[in-house]
Amino acid sequence: MGSLLALVGSPSAAELLAWSPPGWGATLVAGLWNSILIALGAYALGLAIGIGGAFGKVYGGPVLRDLLEAYTTLVRAVPELVLILILYFALTDAVNKIIALWDYGPIQLSGVAAGIGVLGVVQGAYSTEVIRGAILSVPHGQIEAARAMGIPPVLLARRITLPLMLAAAIPGLANLWLIVTKDTALLAVVGFVELTKATSLAAATTKAFFTFYAAAGVLYLILSLGSTVIFHRIERWARRGQRPLSGGGR
Amino acid sequence: MIAFLRPVHRQIMLAVALAAVAASAFLLDWGWLPRYLPLIAQGVWTTLWLTVVTMSLGMVLAIGLGFAQAAGPMWLAWPARVYCTIIRGTPLLLQLWLLYFGLGAFFPQFPELRQSFLWPILREAWPYAVLALTLSAAGYEGEVMRGAFRGVPHGQIEAARAMGMPRFTLFRRIWLPQALHRALPTIAGETVLQMKSTPLVATITVLDIYSVARRVTQDTFIVYEPLVLLAIVYIIIAGLIVLFFRKLEARLPARMA
Repeated sequence: MGSLLALVGSPSAAELLAWSPPGWGATLVAGLWNSILIALGAYALGLAIGIGGAFGKVYGGPVLRDLLEAYTTLVRAVPELVLILILYFALTDAVNKIIALWDYGPIQLSGVAAGIGVLGVVQGAYSTEVIRGAILSVPHGQIEAARAMGIPPVLLARRITLPLMLAAAIPGLANLWLIVTKDTALLAVVGFVELTKATSLAAATTKAFFTFYAAAGVLYLILSLGSTVIFHRIERWARRGQRPLSGGGR
Repeated sequence: MIAFLRPVHRQIMLAVALAAVAASAFLLDWGWLPRYLPLIAQGVWTTLWLTVVTMSLGMVLAIGLGFAQAAGPMWLAWPARVYCTIIRGTPLLLQLWLLYFGLGAFFPQFPELRQSFLWPILREAWPYAVLALTLSAAGYEGEVMRGAFRGVPHGQIEAARAMGMPRFTLFRRIWLPQALHRALPTIAGETVLQMKSTPLVATITVLDIYSVARRVTQDTFIVYEPLVLLAIVYIIIAGLIVLFFRKLEARLPARMA
């Protein structure tokens, strides 16, 4: 019975997870907030890289296309954890070298900025592929018609290609969002206090491992299930005016 | 290869890449490499067997999980569904730490367990790494297999039933092979992803290639070179996995309904 109690956490789980300081509720939620911030930033950066990269892959010249191919292939073959370390050290080094030109002392890149930069570059490789596939799914006649009307390329991308490809891109992009929310946990390894790191600190202090890891798991689950609902809404909005897929809904 | 290198820009890019390799070979500090070679070999081996073993065990579980969701009764389909959602909805690092630290603090409370023959194994870190990676693979691949089992044309199964094929034979001869065939390209990609999640085990003191590289940095204060080595090793392993699955796919009959 004693061991069973320890499984749940000997001071009651409610006490441990209480909001104010003897409990760790506030710490966990602050960690979750950090995770969400980094995920949002990295996702946005990844989308920007992805849109640029996808247009480059579809319409770019041979050199640009090969360079982008190398970027997406390399980033998708190396573990995120290794990329985080490489980019983290390289980014900090580069920033410090630039700053040193103006006689400033070295700075420590803030965890949030480094996390967003690193995960954004990783996300960019994946979203390049997702958006490229979606652009290719836009009926060619639409783009030809727009060109025939003399619409300039940027306006064409903004008004025709991007809205039309959105419906095809949303499922892949939703997946990428779920991946980036979970990838924020990797920043725990470089010592950044997001949800997983906050949880491990709380667990190591109180020795109530199951309580805290299960609580953090519930928080991650709520985040991903909630995001799934939101993305369903977005997809329905993106598909407005389209004929429902035939034979769907097995 | 010749066709690949025909455009002039590719030749220039190859030259630049080779120059970069040469520069990193001569300008960077690789003096530590010979000393750590045995440890590196051991690390690569750990990464390899962790990938293969956990992916194989995970696939075995995934076949059950996927089939339960695709064709099982409610009381089997639901738990399988919930399991896959939980695994896919939480970070692997969290699962790994939950198992390692949680079970690691839980087991020692049983004196019988400490005396048993299992204790020397339970005190190691790798069983927890294998368990966490296997459970994770089972969750992701279970979802893949669910779609694959559902994708097998209904006529195939009806035909087998009409021939009076027993249920288990039907599963073994018709349903499973076609589902696996359909899932193979996805599983190739998932295996690369599984390989890419193995460095997480370094956080629970398993000595894979990632933790060897980190140890080099700790011992010698050399930062970039071990990371470059790591990237190269992982790219090679990813390439091997892709090649292996391409061979496997080529060996299977390609015609599908």
